[in-house]
Amino acid sequence: MSTGPTVEQTPGADQQAALTADWGGERRVRSTPSGPKLGPMQWLRWGWRQLTSMRTALVLLFLLAIAAIPGSILPQRGTSDLEVNNWIDRNPSAAPVLDRLGFFDVFASPWFSAIYILLFVSLIGCVLPRIGAHWRSMRAPTPPAPRRLDRLAGARSWVVDGGDVLADAQAALRADRWRVTRGTGANEGSLAAEKGFARETGNLLFHIALVLILVGVALGSLFGWKGTVIVREGNGFSNTLTQYDSFSPGRLASAQALPPFSFTMTDFEATFERDGSQRGAPRSFSADLEYVAEPGAPVQEKAVSVNSPLRLDGAKVFLVGHGYAPHLRLTDSQGTVVFDDTVVFLPQDGNFTSTGVVKAPDGTPQLGVQGLFLPTAALDEIRGPHSTFPAPDDPAVFASVWSGDLGLDSGAPRNVFTLDTEGMTQLGLEALRPGESWTLPDGQGSLEFVGLDRWASFTISHDPGKLLALLAAGAAIVGVMLSLFVRRRRIWVRADPVADGTGGQPDPSAGDTLGRAVRVQVGGLSRTEAWDVTGEVLDLVAALGGPVDEPATHDRERADDPAGPVDEENLT
Amino acid sequence: MTMAQWSNLLVYASMAMYSLAFISFAVSFAATRAGDLGAGAAEPAGQPEPATVGTGASAGSSSAASGLDSPADAAARARATARARSTEVEAEMAAEARRGRRGGGRGSAQPQDSEELPPGRRAANIAMSLTWLALGLLIAALVARGIWAGRAPWGNMYEYSLASAAAMTGVFLGVSLRRDVRWLGLLVTMASLITLGVAVLLLYNDSPQLVPALKSYWLAIHVSAAIISGGAFTVGAAATVLYLVADRAERKPDARISHAIAARIPDARSLDALAYKVNAFVFPLWTFAVIAGAIWAEDAWGRYWGWDPKETWAFITWLVYAAYLHARATAGWKGRRAAVIGLVGFACFLINFFGVNLFVGGLHSYAGV
Repeated sequence: MSTGPTVEQTPGADQQAALTADWGGERRVRSTPSGPKLGPMQWLRWGWRQLTSMRTALVLLFLLAIAAIPGSILPQRGTSDLEVNNWIDRNPSAAPVLDRLGFFDVFASPWFSAIYILLFVSLIGCVLPRIGAHWRSMRAPTPPAPRRLDRLAGARSWVVDGGDVLADAQAALRADRWRVTRGTGANEGSLAAEKGFARETGNLLFHIALVLILVGVALGSLFGWKGTVIVREGNGFSNTLTQYDSFSPGRLASAQALPPFSFTMTDFEATFERDGSQRGAPRSFSADLEYVAEPGAPVQEKAVSVNSPLRLDGAKVFLVGHGYAPHLRLTDSQGTVVFDDTVVFLPQDGNFTSTGVVKAPDGTPQLGVQGLFLPTAALDEIRGPHSTFPAPDDPAVFASVWSGDLGLDSGAPRNVFTLDTEGMTQLGLEALRPGESWTLPDGQGSLEFVGLDRWASFTISHDPGKLLALLAAGAAIVGVMLSLFVRRRRIWVRADPVADGTGGQPDPSAGDTLGRAVRVQVGGLSRTEAWDVTGEVLDLVAALGGPVDEPATHDRERADDPAGPVDEENLT
Repeated sequence: MTMAQWSNLLVYASMAMYSLAFISFAVSFAATRAGDLGAGAAEPAGQPEPATVGTGASAGSSSAASGLDSPADAAARARATARARSTEVEAEMAAEARRGRRGGGRGSAQPQDSEELPPGRRAANIAMSLTWLALGLLIAALVARGIWAGRAPWGNMYEYSLASAAAMTGVFLGVSLRRDVRWLGLLVTMASLITLGVAVLLLYNDSPQLVPALKSYWLAIHVSAAIISGGAFTVGAAATVLYLVADRAERKPDARISHAIAARIPDARSLDALAYKVNAFVFPLWTFAVIAGAIWAEDAWGRYWGWDPKETWAFITWLVYAAYLHARATAGWKGRRAAVIGLVGFACFLINFFGVNLFVGGLHSYAGV
């Protein structure tokens, strides 16, 4: 390769693959210190180099992937608290350790955060210097043409008489938006063209965009908020903190500044597949809301469904779940109605076998109901009472009524969905259809299943970072496409005067090229792995009137070479 | 007969064609001797694609045949002609250099200097035609299904699997238009057949209706991007597997099985280059699929990223393929190690596709399976 391209364009450099050419990696890893004595600054610098090396980035990418796996296998707090508690109950030995290590909240755990923060520091530490390097390389002239181009891709060589070949080549290349550098001084009579700087631009854009996505996520989690609320048909919600069933504000979010909207759910509809292999699968959910965007604003209507949230200024209201709310009426031993309302029953399976609880602390004595609601009731010996279809085809409430002390007076927080039966006596168990009333034994009162309503759960959220995240994501896609699809490549043209006009070695002693025979050489070099620049070189050869149909210069040599093909890929 | 029944019938017909194609590829594979593979099947990185040869040559001759042109047109055509012809010449030259003889040959597909095709070649040609036919039938099945359901035909796992099989075959045939990849047909038809078999036997779904979460125009965008990505990931993984075999054969003189296979496929370097090109093509698309999913999730569930198992595994897949692309640029990680990372990425994709729906659950586990 003595006549080949200069060091900077050797094939080794071309193999710097796609996405992040070298991330500074190879060079830096090799430069690990060999000397025994390192001052604190050197150690710091050494550590920084290690952190921003490509190898470290690779390891961190892997670690992040591995660290995410438990988060997909174990139930996670925040998304499925109930399952987390069940899992902990089922695995009393392993659970406490896992819990302490953050395995039930993987994506907020210190170790997961540590990995992605290190990854992003590594990324920034690598991208920043490359921005400067790329800026300089875009402004630096392309290295001049080597003396002989015959080993390059699409290499052609021919002789022309007169004319300014270099000017023609420059015009043709510029028309194709190549960046052309005319050789000067010792390189007079040659030109170098380069194209595909967008590859590295895209690469840098992609990595910067990833940082911006992270910034968007961070903004959202710091200044955003999110709450969930269950609303029964006919009931309403107004957007204040106390009305939420759960509310998770960002660390810097202000709960006082919630937008003052309110709504009432007038109706909820759900339909299910009735036939075939998908029997019971949900087909549509729709919650009819009447809402006011702020006090005093006109009442508007909106049917909220799964892909159609209610968009308000500063918040969106999403339908995320639904269930049944039987209307129960409980009368105590004095004949007083101590409870008369719809009760939220939480579904336990796909057919909406649901459980719910009524607590009547005003009763004499206090009364409690543990209920099982079945939209389509069935009873068998193995499964007991259960539902066979999610729609209310044959609804029933299986109620167990308890009397005694509900344990509410101690002031300790109690789960509204469970009844602590310690200190209570069971009065009986009965199945009720809508409209049916059950008189409790010994004049303890009665329980009536008045009718059936539904409830829906809504997530209401505000995320001020999502627009930034969206724009950055768009930029990331543009960037990654540029960085993978654009090819960096070079073309060189030489026009060397020849003495005899029939070819042969250029004669450097020949002076003015105008009007004299000139040997034109053209060749290209792809600086991107696995891509070829031959077609573009031949476009130029054709534009200059060169011998496109002739074999490439190196092939002509090769045809006479019994040793077989040269290492061709080194040239591409 | 309803459109759904037509669709089912077409799926069965397609599977029959896939089976025949698979058998033909197997026959071709068994009958191919090292020498038969010839030049064109093995393409080193950076060599002009033979497809340009075929299409370019015809474009060239037609423009030569046409009469008067405007000057601009004529110039443009001259360029095209020049490019096509020269590329052809170069391809020929390279092919001849490798065969070690001159004369004959337009590329490798139809060596004119031999009267009879080698047996392996003929079977491979038949197999390719059968694969086109199988894909046509499968697309017809998807169209029938889509008409019946009145929506994009990838609304449940059954339809998603059908579309995935079509996507992997489509990517394979798409690549085959640009380069000779018939040696990849055995693995691709096998993967397609397995996917279709799983779909028909385990995932069949007789409902045209969607679960509410899927009723959105994002179904057409997000899911189709995921399906095409899956098809390309599959082709990339098949090429990667063959690369590892060829690489092993080149490193170990006594690895007999590897040598037997390596004699029938291109050299390790071109396999690596092909696998890289496919994976590099698909990475931006997969990125888009994930982001489109996030936008949809924001509209459906109130957050654009919630670490749902499907989201988590999409992210893991993305990370591993990102690692693959980086590894190829890192000293000590190129070649075999990068290839293994690529296969790990494909495994993550499969876990995301099947494993999450079948074993883990979460918001993406629709409609039973």
